[in-house]
Amino acid sequence: MGGADVSERKITLRVNGRTHEVSLPGHRTLLEALRDLGHTDVKNGCEKGDCGACTVLLNGRAVNSCLVLAWQADGATIVTNSGLGTADDPHPIQTAFADAGAVQCGFCTPGLVLSAKALLDANPNPTEAEIREAISGNLCRCTGYSQIVEAVRLAAVRSLKGSGEASHRGQSATDGSHSPSGSRVTGEVQ
Amino acid sequence: MTLPKFDLLQPSTLGEALEILSTTQNAQPIAGGTALLVEMRGRKAEPGVLVDLGRLGDLHGVAPAANELVIGATTTIAELLKNPHVTERASILRDACSTFASPLVRNRATIGGNVAQGSPAGDMAPALLVLDASIELRSVRGKRLVRAVDFWKGPRKTTRKSDEMVVSIRIPLSQTPWLSSWKKLGLRKADAISVASAAVRLSLTADGKCEGARVAVGAVAPTPLRLAKSENALVGKPISREAIAQAAAAAAASSVPINDVRASVDYRRRVVEVLVRRALMEAAWEVLT
Repeated sequence: MGGADVSERKITLRVNGRTHEVSLPGHRTLLEALRDLGHTDVKNGCEKGDCGACTVLLNGRAVNSCLVLAWQADGATIVTNSGLGTADDPHPIQTAFADAGAVQCGFCTPGLVLSAKALLDANPNPTEAEIREAISGNLCRCTGYSQIVEAVRLAAVRSLKGSGEASHRGQSATDGSHSPSGSRVTGEVQ
Repeated sequence: MTLPKFDLLQPSTLGEALEILSTTQNAQPIAGGTALLVEMRGRKAEPGVLVDLGRLGDLHGVAPAANELVIGATTTIAELLKNPHVTERASILRDACSTFASPLVRNRATIGGNVAQGSPAGDMAPALLVLDASIELRSVRGKRLVRAVDFWKGPRKTTRKSDEMVVSIRIPLSQTPWLSSWKKLGLRKADAISVASAAVRLSLTADGKCEGARVAVGAVAPTPLRLAKSENALVGKPISREAIAQAAAAAAASSVPINDVRASVDYRRRVVEVLVRRALMEAAWEVLT
């Protein structure tokens, strides 16, 4: 067995609640498979695990899909940014990104939203340091991160208020729901 | 850049995987793929066959025994970071995991992969050196345990033969309470490869005498290094700023770094002294102040 003749195999990918059966050779990445299926919200950035643009949730864990072989994801549950919500029916994290002005060119946004989702699922009330740590694998070359950190904090605060819990840890965030557009989180986030 | 073509085999038992490695030319195990796939994209590695370890459940997880912690090779860095046995019994390994790449990489990268890749800058190595860990290798020929200090042979060279697989990392547990500290310098705070790193463990008596010292550094030599000269500057003496300064100077003297895109020889030698000093100061802080 050499590397010359590579054979295809049929695998099952469950993406955003839909089941796909795809045939592909073993050297194709999950990133390539997802984009070929039309999930172009999964961005192809560096293909080295440095930038996080291709982030997906693989069985609930945020990973770089460029460093997962598609066969390794056979049978797995995958969530992409558009699996969280759409323009008509956005996820609260996506709304918070828009409200905080955390989107400029937008290329990093799908990955950042998913890293934020993984963080908030595990830790609904993160500190600023925990937010910065959680998004440290996602590069943004536009915003300078301040608004992104604010957006994650805003999503957390809104969710905690919605579930009736008060927040005491993140002193920097206010809801800002009284200002419909561009609501700002005030405080010491830099 | 797309990956070069290869065959991907996904055995469901360890025996099957070892059989493939023993009978197949140019085959390479793959677990998380966070290092190997990057090397392959850059055509720095071109295995014709990859053997995916992801379906071998018995290589996965942390098993505490009476006198050792057995860590399966495919345990991810993220799992180690959250594991209570690692936090309690091998806290320096947890500390090294906390600065490892990014959360995205930590969810895929495995301890066995980081050890087997053999990068001089691999962040598991200094911690495993000061823990005096052993690496368990298996092949169809049998198994052998290699002490961490004997495992790395050069940049991306290890004692692992092509038919062997790293199956576990074994960390001896002692009754001695060790104080430890891990210091890593990267070009930025997160998601960075080490420019230099230092791991230290100290065993101090109540009156501050150093009974045991282990010092290891990364990214300043062709392999991760355990530094006997630094340790000898500490053991048997009362811990002091002077002894720590001597140990740190010995670390710089023992380093044989390279110039690369991340740092120069001179910078690495200067900075490893600082890292070792800071690590020792931190570990001994309560006794020194």
